[in-house]
Amino acid sequence: MTGSLRDLLPIILVIAFFQLFVLQQPIPNFIEIIIGTLFVVLGLTFFIYGLEMGLFPIGESMANAFARKGSVLWLLLFAFALGFGTTVAEPALIAVADEAAQVAANGGMIEDSQASMNAYASGLRYTVAFSVGLAIVIGVMRILKGWSIQYMIMGGYILVVIMTALAPKEIIGIAYDSGGVTTSTITVPLVTALGVGLASSIQGRNPMIDGFGLIAFASLTPMIFVMGYGMLI
Amino acid sequence: MALLQELLTTILNTVYDVIPIVVILFGFQFLVIRRPVPNLKRVLIGFIYVLIGLSLFLLGLEKALFPLGRLMADQLTNPAFIYESIQGSLQTIHWADYYWVYIFAFAIGFSTTVAEPSLIAVAIKANEVSAGAIGIWGLRIAVAIGVAIGISLGSFRIVSGMPIHYFIISGYVVVVIQTFFAPKMIVPLAYDSGGVTTSTVTVPLVAALGLGLAETVPGRNVLIDGFGLIAFASLFPIMSVMAYAQLSEYRAKCSR
Repeated sequence: MTGSLRDLLPIILVIAFFQLFVLQQPIPNFIEIIIGTLFVVLGLTFFIYGLEMGLFPIGESMANAFARKGSVLWLLLFAFALGFGTTVAEPALIAVADEAAQVAANGGMIEDSQASMNAYASGLRYTVAFSVGLAIVIGVMRILKGWSIQYMIMGGYILVVIMTALAPKEIIGIAYDSGGVTTSTITVPLVTALGVGLASSIQGRNPMIDGFGLIAFASLTPMIFVMGYGMLI
Repeated sequence: MALLQELLTTILNTVYDVIPIVVILFGFQFLVIRRPVPNLKRVLIGFIYVLIGLSLFLLGLEKALFPLGRLMADQLTNPAFIYESIQGSLQTIHWADYYWVYIFAFAIGFSTTVAEPSLIAVAIKANEVSAGAIGIWGLRIAVAIGVAIGISLGSFRIVSGMPIHYFIISGYVVVVIQTFFAPKMIVPLAYDSGGVTTSTVTVPLVAALGLGLAETVPGRNVLIDGFGLIAFASLFPIMSVMAYAQLSEYRAKCSR
Protein backbone atom coordinates (compact mmCIF):
# COMPACT_ATOMS: atom_id res chain seq x y z
CA MET A 1 0.00 0.00 0.00
CA THR A 2 2.71 2.49 0.96
CA GLY A 3 4.70 1.18 -1.99
CA SER A 4 1.88 2.03 -4.39
CA LEU A 5 1.50 5.44 -2.83
CA ARG A 6 5.19 6.06 -3.46
CA ASP A 7 4.78 4.94 -7.08
CA LEU A 8 2.07 7.49 -7.56
CA LEU A 9 3.63 10.40 -5.71
CA PRO A 10 5.62 11.76 -8.70
CA ILE A 11 2.47 12.18 -10.84
CA ILE A 12 0.68 13.96 -8.03
CA LEU A 13 3.63 16.29 -7.48
CA VAL A 14 4.01 17.08 -11.18
CA ILE A 15 0.33 17.83 -11.67
CA ALA A 16 0.11 19.91 -8.50
CA PHE A 17 3.21 21.90 -9.40
CA PHE A 18 2.10 22.73 -12.93
CA GLN A 19 -1.44 23.48 -11.89
CA LEU A 20 -0.59 25.74 -8.96
CA PHE A 21 2.67 27.40 -10.01
CA VAL A 22 2.88 27.39 -13.79
CA LEU A 23 -0.76 27.67 -14.82
CA GLN A 24 -1.67 29.34 -11.51
CA GLN A 25 -5.10 27.82 -11.28
CA PRO A 26 -6.85 26.07 -8.41
CA ILE A 27 -7.32 22.32 -8.57
CA PRO A 28 -10.90 21.59 -9.67
CA ASN A 29 -13.06 18.88 -8.02
CA PHE A 30 -10.60 18.41 -5.22
CA ILE A 31 -12.55 15.69 -3.41
CA GLU A 32 -13.14 13.66 -6.54
CA ILE A 33 -9.44 13.74 -7.28
CA ILE A 34 -8.57 12.52 -3.78
CA ILE A 35 -11.05 9.62 -4.15
CA GLY A 36 -9.68 8.79 -7.61
CA THR A 37 -6.12 8.78 -6.34
CA LEU A 38 -7.13 6.46 -3.52
CA PHE A 39 -8.63 4.09 -6.09
CA VAL A 40 -5.44 4.14 -8.14
CA VAL A 41 -3.31 3.33 -5.09
CA LEU A 42 -5.63 0.51 -4.05
CA GLY A 43 -5.79 -0.81 -7.62
CA LEU A 44 -2.04 -0.88 -8.04
CA THR A 45 -1.67 -2.76 -4.74
CA PHE A 46 -4.21 -5.41 -5.79
CA PHE A 47 -2.65 -5.69 -9.23
CA ILE A 48 0.81 -6.41 -7.87
CA TYR A 49 -0.54 -9.03 -5.45
CA GLY A 50 -2.45 -10.70 -8.27
CA LEU A 51 0.60 -10.55 -10.51
CA GLU A 52 2.69 -12.64 -8.16
CA MET A 53 -0.15 -14.99 -7.25
CA GLY A 54 -1.74 -15.52 -10.66
CA LEU A 55 -0.10 -14.17 -13.80
CA PHE A 56 3.55 -15.03 -13.12
CA PRO A 57 2.94 -18.58 -11.83
CA ILE A 58 0.60 -19.58 -14.66
CA GLY A 59 2.92 -18.16 -17.32
CA GLU A 60 5.83 -20.03 -15.85
CA SER A 61 4.06 -23.31 -15.17
CA MET A 62 2.75 -23.40 -18.73
CA ALA A 63 6.21 -22.68 -20.10
CA ASN A 64 7.59 -25.53 -18.01
CA ALA A 65 4.83 -27.90 -19.10
CA PHE A 66 5.40 -27.12 -22.78
CA ALA A 67 9.14 -27.59 -22.39
CA ARG A 68 8.61 -30.99 -20.73
CA LYS A 69 6.03 -32.06 -23.28
CA GLY A 70 8.58 -31.36 -25.98
CA SER A 71 6.06 -30.52 -28.68
CA VAL A 72 7.39 -27.50 -30.52
CA LEU A 73 4.34 -27.23 -32.73
CA TRP A 74 1.93 -26.81 -29.83
CA LEU A 75 4.24 -24.35 -28.14
CA LEU A 76 4.43 -22.19 -31.24
CA LEU A 77 0.68 -22.41 -31.70
CA PHE A 78 0.24 -21.29 -28.10
CA ALA A 79 2.69 -18.44 -28.65
CA PHE A 80 0.80 -17.27 -31.71
CA ALA A 81 -2.59 -17.53 -30.00
CA LEU A 82 -1.32 -15.57 -27.01
CA GLY A 83 0.08 -12.79 -29.19
CA PHE A 84 -2.87 -12.61 -31.57
CA GLY A 85 -5.61 -13.08 -28.98
CA THR A 86 -4.34 -10.50 -26.54
CA THR A 87 -3.77 -7.88 -29.21
CA VAL A 88 -6.88 -8.10 -31.33
CA ALA A 89 -9.14 -6.94 -28.48
CA GLU A 90 -6.74 -4.34 -27.10
CA PRO A 91 -8.68 -1.07 -26.62
CA ALA A 92 -5.66 1.13 -27.39
CA LEU A 93 -5.20 -0.64 -30.70
CA ILE A 94 -8.86 -0.22 -31.62
CA ALA A 95 -8.53 3.53 -31.00
CA VAL A 96 -5.36 3.80 -33.07
CA ALA A 97 -6.87 1.79 -35.94
CA ASP A 98 -9.87 4.10 -36.11
CA GLU A 99 -7.61 7.15 -36.21
CA ALA A 100 -5.52 5.55 -38.94
CA ALA A 101 -8.64 4.97 -41.01
CA GLN A 102 -9.45 8.66 -40.62
CA VAL A 103 -5.97 9.58 -41.87
CA ALA A 104 -6.28 7.25 -44.82
CA ALA A 105 -9.66 8.68 -45.77
CA ASN A 106 -8.37 12.27 -45.51
CA GLY A 107 -5.31 11.41 -47.55
CA GLY A 108 -7.47 9.97 -50.31
CA MET A 109 -5.99 6.49 -49.92
CA ILE A 110 -9.41 4.99 -49.38
CA GLU A 111 -12.94 6.13 -50.14
CA ASP A 112 -14.22 8.67 -47.60
CA SER A 113 -17.15 6.62 -46.36
CA GLN A 114 -17.93 4.97 -43.05
CA ALA A 115 -18.02 1.47 -44.56
CA SER A 116 -14.61 1.67 -46.19
CA MET A 117 -13.14 3.29 -43.08
CA ASN A 118 -14.47 0.47 -40.90
CA ALA A 119 -13.07 -2.10 -43.28
CA TYR A 120 -9.71 -0.35 -43.26
CA ALA A 121 -9.64 -0.12 -39.45
CA SER A 122 -10.49 -3.76 -38.87
CA GLY A 123 -8.03 -4.84 -41.56
CA LEU A 124 -5.37 -2.88 -39.75
CA ARG A 125 -6.31 -4.41 -36.41
CA TYR A 126 -6.00 -7.96 -37.72
CA THR A 127 -2.73 -7.06 -39.39
CA VAL A 128 -1.27 -5.78 -36.13
CA ALA A 129 -2.64 -8.74 -34.14
CA PHE A 130 -1.17 -11.13 -36.69
CA SER A 131 2.18 -9.37 -36.53
CA VAL A 132 2.24 -9.60 -32.73
CA GLY A 133 1.39 -13.31 -32.90
CA LEU A 134 4.20 -13.79 -35.38
CA ALA A 135 6.54 -11.79 -33.16
CA ILE A 136 5.92 -14.05 -30.16
CA VAL A 137 6.43 -17.11 -32.39
CA ILE A 138 9.76 -15.73 -33.65
CA GLY A 139 10.74 -14.80 -30.09
CA VAL A 140 9.92 -18.29 -28.77
CA MET A 141 11.86 -19.88 -31.65
CA ARG A 142 14.78 -17.69 -30.68
CA ILE A 143 14.63 -18.93 -27.08
CA LEU A 144 14.46 -22.55 -28.24
CA LYS A 145 17.39 -22.20 -30.62
CA GLY A 146 19.42 -19.78 -28.51
CA TRP A 147 19.88 -17.25 -31.33
CA SER A 148 21.30 -13.97 -30.16
CA ILE A 149 18.82 -11.16 -30.11
CA GLN A 150 20.98 -8.27 -31.35
CA TYR A 151 21.17 -9.31 -34.97
CA MET A 152 17.46 -10.09 -35.15
CA ILE A 153 16.51 -6.69 -33.75
CA MET A 154 18.98 -4.95 -36.04
CA GLY A 155 17.53 -6.81 -39.00
CA GLY A 156 14.13 -5.57 -37.86
CA TYR A 157 15.41 -2.00 -37.66
CA ILE A 158 16.78 -2.22 -41.17
CA LEU A 159 13.40 -3.45 -42.38
CA VAL A 160 11.68 -0.54 -40.59
CA VAL A 161 14.02 1.94 -42.28
CA ILE A 162 13.47 0.44 -45.72
CA MET A 163 9.72 0.37 -45.22
CA THR A 164 9.79 4.00 -44.05
CA ALA A 165 11.30 5.01 -47.37
CA LEU A 166 8.62 3.15 -49.30
CA ALA A 167 5.46 3.65 -47.24
CA PRO A 168 3.02 6.55 -47.75
CA LYS A 169 3.99 9.49 -45.56
CA GLU A 170 0.64 9.65 -43.73
CA ILE A 171 0.92 6.17 -42.27
CA ILE A 172 4.45 6.51 -40.81
CA GLY A 173 3.56 8.24 -37.53
CA ILE A 174 0.78 5.76 -36.81
CA ALA A 175 2.95 2.80 -37.77
CA TYR A 176 5.67 3.90 -35.36
CA ASP A 177 3.12 4.39 -32.59
CA SER A 178 1.48 1.02 -33.19
CA GLY A 179 4.61 -0.68 -31.91
CA GLY A 180 4.05 0.88 -28.51
CA VAL A 181 0.33 0.38 -28.05
CA THR A 182 0.12 -3.34 -28.63
CA THR A 183 1.55 -4.54 -25.35
CA SER A 184 -1.04 -4.27 -22.61
CA THR A 185 -0.78 -4.47 -18.86
CA ILE A 186 -1.86 -8.11 -18.72
CA THR A 187 0.05 -9.29 -21.78
CA VAL A 188 3.41 -7.99 -20.60
CA PRO A 189 3.64 -9.99 -17.34
CA LEU A 190 2.32 -13.14 -19.04
CA VAL A 191 4.69 -12.95 -21.97
CA THR A 192 7.63 -12.11 -19.72
CA ALA A 193 6.84 -15.08 -17.47
CA LEU A 194 6.52 -17.31 -20.54
CA GLY A 195 9.93 -16.26 -21.88
CA VAL A 196 11.73 -16.50 -18.57
CA GLY A 197 10.00 -19.81 -17.76
CA LEU A 198 11.01 -21.32 -21.12
CA ALA A 199 14.59 -20.12 -20.85
CA SER A 200 14.94 -21.53 -17.34
CA SER A 201 13.52 -24.95 -18.21
CA ILE A 202 15.64 -25.51 -21.32
CA GLN A 203 19.19 -26.73 -20.76
CA GLY A 204 21.91 -24.27 -21.66
CA ARG A 205 19.70 -21.18 -21.79
CA ASN A 206 20.27 -18.25 -19.52
CA PRO A 207 16.95 -16.73 -18.34
CA MET A 208 18.47 -13.26 -18.28
CA ILE A 209 19.92 -13.36 -21.81
CA ASP A 210 17.42 -15.66 -23.50
CA GLY A 211 14.30 -15.14 -21.40
CA PHE A 212 13.74 -11.47 -22.13
CA GLY A 213 13.18 -10.04 -25.58
CA LEU A 214 9.72 -11.33 -26.49
CA ILE A 215 8.17 -7.90 -25.96
CA ALA A 216 10.89 -6.30 -28.06
CA PHE A 217 9.77 -8.40 -31.03
CA ALA A 218 6.14 -7.63 -30.29
CA SER A 219 6.81 -3.91 -30.51
CA LEU A 220 8.91 -4.14 -33.66
CA THR A 221 6.85 -6.26 -36.05
CA PRO A 222 3.69 -4.10 -35.92
CA MET A 223 5.65 -1.13 -37.33
CA ILE A 224 6.77 -3.18 -40.32
CA PHE A 225 3.36 -4.72 -40.93
CA VAL A 226 1.40 -1.48 -40.55
CA MET A 227 3.64 0.24 -43.10
CA GLY A 228 3.21 -2.76 -45.36
CA TYR A 229 -0.54 -2.50 -44.92
CA GLY A 230 -0.40 1.19 -45.83
CA MET A 231 1.52 0.37 -48.99
CA LEU A 232 -0.86 -2.37 -50.15
CA ILE A 233 -4.09 -0.47 -49.60
CA MET B 1 -23.93 4.94 -5.69
CA ALA B 2 -23.02 6.34 -9.09
CA LEU B 3 -19.41 5.59 -8.28
CA LEU B 4 -20.25 1.97 -7.48
CA GLN B 5 -22.06 1.65 -10.78
CA GLU B 6 -19.08 3.07 -12.64
CA LEU B 7 -16.84 0.64 -10.82
CA LEU B 8 -19.02 -2.26 -11.94
CA THR B 9 -18.96 -1.05 -15.53
CA THR B 10 -15.17 -0.76 -15.45
CA ILE B 11 -14.85 -4.24 -13.96
CA LEU B 12 -17.11 -5.64 -16.69
CA ASN B 13 -15.05 -3.92 -19.38
CA THR B 14 -11.83 -5.28 -17.91
CA VAL B 15 -13.33 -8.77 -17.73
CA TYR B 16 -14.31 -8.43 -21.36
CA ASP B 17 -10.73 -7.48 -22.28
CA VAL B 18 -9.31 -10.36 -20.28
CA ILE B 19 -11.64 -13.10 -21.57
CA PRO B 20 -9.60 -13.90 -24.72
CA ILE B 21 -6.46 -14.27 -22.60
CA VAL B 22 -8.18 -16.53 -20.08
CA VAL B 23 -9.71 -18.66 -22.85
CA ILE B 24 -6.32 -19.14 -24.51
CA LEU B 25 -4.52 -19.90 -21.24
CA PHE B 26 -7.04 -22.39 -19.90
CA GLY B 27 -7.85 -23.82 -23.33
CA PHE B 28 -4.24 -24.81 -23.85
CA GLN B 29 -3.88 -25.88 -20.24
CA PHE B 30 -6.79 -28.32 -20.38
CA LEU B 31 -6.74 -29.45 -24.01
CA VAL B 32 -3.02 -29.58 -24.79
CA ILE B 33 -1.08 -29.78 -21.55
CA ARG B 34 -3.84 -31.81 -19.86
CA ARG B 35 -2.44 -31.48 -16.41
CA PRO B 36 -3.99 -29.75 -13.43
CA VAL B 37 -2.68 -26.26 -12.75
CA PRO B 38 -0.50 -26.24 -9.63
CA ASN B 39 -2.19 -24.21 -6.89
CA LEU B 40 -5.21 -23.60 -9.10
CA LYS B 41 -7.11 -21.87 -6.33
CA ARG B 42 -4.30 -19.44 -5.64
CA VAL B 43 -3.87 -18.67 -9.35
CA LEU B 44 -7.58 -17.98 -9.71
CA ILE B 45 -7.56 -15.67 -6.71
CA GLY B 46 -4.55 -13.97 -8.28
CA PHE B 47 -6.51 -13.42 -11.49
CA ILE B 48 -9.39 -11.92 -9.53
CA TYR B 49 -6.97 -9.61 -7.75
CA VAL B 50 -5.53 -8.53 -11.09
CA LEU B 51 -9.03 -7.82 -12.40
CA ILE B 52 -10.09 -5.83 -9.35
CA GLY B 53 -6.76 -4.03 -9.23
CA LEU B 54 -6.79 -3.06 -12.87
CA SER B 55 -10.40 -1.87 -12.71
CA LEU B 56 -9.83 0.28 -9.64
CA PHE B 57 -6.66 1.61 -11.20
CA LEU B 58 -8.36 2.56 -14.48
CA LEU B 59 -11.39 4.07 -12.79
CA GLY B 60 -9.17 6.10 -10.44
CA LEU B 61 -7.10 7.40 -13.34
CA GLU B 62 -10.24 8.29 -15.27
CA LYS B 63 -11.67 10.10 -12.23
CA ALA B 64 -8.61 11.90 -10.99
CA LEU B 65 -5.56 12.15 -13.13
CA PHE B 66 -6.62 11.98 -16.76
CA PRO B 67 -9.08 14.91 -16.80
CA LEU B 68 -6.59 17.13 -15.04
CA GLY B 69 -3.66 15.93 -17.15
CA ARG B 70 -5.57 16.46 -20.38
CA LEU B 71 -6.75 19.87 -19.27
CA MET B 72 -3.19 20.85 -18.45
CA ALA B 73 -1.85 19.58 -21.75
CA ASP B 74 -4.51 21.72 -23.41
CA GLN B 75 -3.71 24.81 -21.40
CA LEU B 76 0.05 24.53 -21.75
CA THR B 77 -0.14 24.20 -25.52
CA ASN B 78 -2.63 27.06 -25.81
CA PRO B 79 -1.12 29.99 -27.76
CA ALA B 80 -2.60 32.40 -25.21
CA PHE B 81 -0.41 30.85 -22.53
CA ILE B 82 2.71 30.62 -24.65
CA TYR B 83 2.52 34.10 -26.18
CA GLU B 84 1.47 35.83 -23.00
CA SER B 85 4.72 37.78 -22.91
CA ILE B 86 5.42 38.16 -26.62
CA GLN B 87 2.62 40.06 -28.27
CA GLY B 88 1.72 40.30 -31.89
CA SER B 89 4.31 37.88 -33.18
CA LEU B 90 1.94 35.02 -33.85
CA GLN B 91 3.13 34.54 -37.41
CA THR B 92 6.59 33.41 -36.47
CA ILE B 93 6.79 30.71 -33.88
CA HIS B 94 10.03 29.92 -32.19
CA TRP B 95 10.47 26.47 -30.74
CA ALA B 96 12.08 27.84 -27.58
CA ASP B 97 8.86 29.68 -26.63
CA TYR B 98 7.39 26.30 -25.78
CA TYR B 99 9.81 25.65 -22.94
CA TRP B 100 7.05 24.91 -20.40
CA VAL B 101 5.71 22.27 -22.75
CA TYR B 102 9.06 20.49 -22.86
CA ILE B 103 9.42 20.65 -19.08
CA PHE B 104 5.88 19.33 -18.65
CA ALA B 105 6.54 16.58 -21.20
CA PHE B 106 9.66 15.54 -19.32
CA ALA B 107 7.97 15.59 -15.91
CA ILE B 108 4.82 13.80 -16.99
CA GLY B 109 6.80 11.20 -18.96
CA PHE B 110 8.94 10.43 -15.94
CA SER B 111 6.17 10.33 -13.38
CA THR B 112 3.69 8.26 -15.39
CA THR B 113 6.36 5.70 -16.23
CA VAL B 114 7.22 5.24 -12.56
CA ALA B 115 3.57 4.30 -11.95
CA GLU B 116 3.23 2.02 -15.00
CA PRO B 117 2.07 -1.43 -13.78
CA SER B 118 3.59 -3.45 -16.62
CA LEU B 119 6.99 -1.88 -16.02
CA ILE B 120 6.71 -2.81 -12.34
CA ALA B 121 5.98 -6.40 -13.43
CA VAL B 122 9.02 -6.59 -15.70
CA ALA B 123 11.25 -4.98 -13.07
CA ILE B 124 10.15 -7.52 -10.45
CA LYS B 125 10.91 -10.37 -12.85
CA ALA B 126 14.27 -8.93 -13.90
CA ASN B 127 15.27 -8.47 -10.28
CA GLU B 128 14.32 -12.06 -9.50
CA VAL B 129 16.06 -13.55 -12.54
CA SER B 130 19.26 -11.54 -12.13
CA ALA B 131 19.43 -12.55 -8.46
CA GLY B 132 19.26 -8.94 -7.37
CA ALA B 133 21.93 -7.59 -9.74
CA ILE B 134 19.30 -5.42 -11.41
CA GLY B 135 17.52 -3.27 -8.88
CA ILE B 136 13.77 -2.82 -9.25
CA TRP B 137 14.05 0.90 -8.67
CA GLY B 138 17.22 1.30 -10.71
CA LEU B 139 15.53 -0.19 -13.76
CA ARG B 140 12.33 1.77 -13.27
CA ILE B 141 14.14 5.08 -12.89
CA ALA B 142 16.35 4.35 -15.91
CA VAL B 143 13.29 3.60 -18.05
CA ALA B 144 11.46 6.64 -16.71
CA ILE B 145 14.35 8.94 -17.62
CA GLY B 146 14.35 7.45 -21.12
CA VAL B 147 10.63 8.05 -21.54
CA ALA B 148 10.98 11.59 -20.18
CA ILE B 149 13.71 12.46 -22.68
CA GLY B 150 11.80 10.77 -25.47
CA ILE B 151 8.58 12.64 -24.86
CA SER B 152 10.20 16.05 -24.52
CA LEU B 153 12.16 15.45 -27.71
CA GLY B 154 8.95 14.25 -29.37
CA SER B 155 7.17 17.47 -28.39
CA PHE B 156 10.07 19.46 -29.76
CA ARG B 157 9.64 17.57 -33.02
CA ILE B 158 5.95 18.47 -33.20
CA VAL B 159 6.69 22.14 -32.50
CA SER B 160 9.57 22.32 -34.96
CA GLY B 161 7.79 20.19 -37.57
CA MET B 162 10.79 18.04 -38.44
CA PRO B 163 9.99 14.64 -40.00
CA ILE B 164 9.72 11.86 -37.45
CA HIS B 165 11.81 9.27 -39.24
CA TYR B 166 15.00 11.34 -38.94
CA PHE B 167 14.72 11.05 -35.18
CA ILE B 168 13.73 7.41 -35.11
CA ILE B 169 16.42 6.32 -37.54
CA SER B 170 19.16 8.22 -35.67
CA GLY B 171 17.80 6.64 -32.51
CA TYR B 172 18.21 3.20 -34.09
CA VAL B 173 21.80 3.99 -34.98
CA VAL B 174 22.55 4.95 -31.37
CA VAL B 175 20.85 1.77 -30.10
CA VAL B 176 22.89 -0.40 -32.47
CA ILE B 177 26.17 1.24 -31.44
CA GLN B 178 25.29 0.95 -27.75
CA THR B 179 24.41 -2.72 -28.18
CA PHE B 180 28.03 -3.50 -29.00
CA PHE B 181 29.35 -1.81 -25.87
CA ALA B 182 26.68 -2.58 -23.27
CA PRO B 183 27.00 -5.62 -20.96
CA LYS B 184 25.53 -8.65 -22.79
CA MET B 185 23.18 -9.45 -19.93
CA ILE B 186 21.22 -6.22 -20.21
CA VAL B 187 20.61 -6.12 -23.97
CA PRO B 188 17.40 -8.22 -24.20
CA LEU B 189 15.93 -6.52 -21.15
CA ALA B 190 16.75 -3.10 -22.61
CA TYR B 191 15.02 -3.99 -25.87
CA ASP B 192 12.00 -5.17 -23.91
CA SER B 193 11.79 -2.04 -21.82
CA GLY B 194 10.96 -0.07 -24.95
CA GLY B 195 7.69 -1.92 -25.32
CA VAL B 196 6.53 -2.07 -21.72
CA THR B 197 6.71 1.60 -20.95
CA THR B 198 3.74 2.68 -22.92
CA SER B 199 0.50 1.30 -21.66
CA THR B 200 -2.27 2.18 -19.26
CA VAL B 201 -0.98 5.34 -17.64
CA THR B 202 1.33 6.88 -20.19
CA VAL B 203 -0.54 6.53 -23.48
CA PRO B 204 -3.68 8.58 -22.68
CA LEU B 205 -1.76 11.51 -21.19
CA VAL B 206 0.94 11.52 -23.83
CA ALA B 207 -1.55 11.23 -26.67
CA ALA B 208 -3.42 14.24 -25.26
CA LEU B 209 -0.22 16.24 -25.20
CA GLY B 210 0.67 15.32 -28.78
CA LEU B 211 -2.77 16.06 -30.17
CA GLY B 212 -2.96 19.31 -28.20
CA LEU B 213 0.35 20.47 -29.59
CA ALA B 214 -0.42 19.50 -33.17
CA GLU B 215 -3.74 21.32 -32.92
CA THR B 216 -2.40 24.63 -31.65
CA VAL B 217 1.01 25.01 -33.27
CA PRO B 218 0.43 26.87 -36.55
CA GLY B 219 1.09 24.82 -39.65
CA ARG B 220 0.82 21.38 -38.03
CA ASN B 221 -1.64 18.74 -39.11
CA VAL B 222 -3.26 16.87 -36.20
CA LEU B 223 -3.48 13.62 -38.09
CA ILE B 224 0.09 13.64 -39.37
CA ASP B 225 1.98 15.41 -36.59
CA GLY B 226 -0.13 14.39 -33.62
CA PHE B 227 1.19 10.84 -33.68
CA GLY B 228 4.67 9.65 -32.95
CA LEU B 229 5.14 10.59 -29.29
CA ILE B 230 4.59 6.97 -28.28
CA ALA B 231 7.28 5.88 -30.71
CA PHE B 232 9.69 8.28 -29.00
CA ALA B 233 8.61 6.97 -25.61
CA SER B 234 9.39 3.40 -26.66
CA LEU B 235 12.74 4.13 -28.29
CA PHE B 236 14.57 6.17 -25.68
CA PRO B 237 14.21 3.76 -22.74
CA ILE B 238 16.25 1.23 -24.76
CA MET B 239 19.13 3.70 -24.72
CA SER B 240 18.71 4.76 -21.11
CA VAL B 241 18.55 1.18 -19.80
CA MET B 242 21.72 0.24 -21.67
CA ALA B 243 23.35 3.43 -20.40
CA TYR B 244 22.28 2.50 -16.86
CA ALA B 245 23.97 -0.90 -17.21
CA GLN B 246 27.06 0.68 -18.73
CA LEU B 247 27.28 3.17 -15.89
CA SER B 248 26.90 0.49 -13.20
CA GLU B 249 29.56 -1.61 -14.91
CA TYR B 250 31.85 1.39 -15.13
CA ARG B 251 31.32 2.22 -11.46
CA ALA B 252 32.05 -1.37 -10.46
CA LYS B 253 35.26 -1.26 -12.47
CA CYS B 254 36.38 2.00 -10.88
CA SER B 255 35.76 0.85 -7.33
CA ARG B 256 37.79 -2.31 -7.89
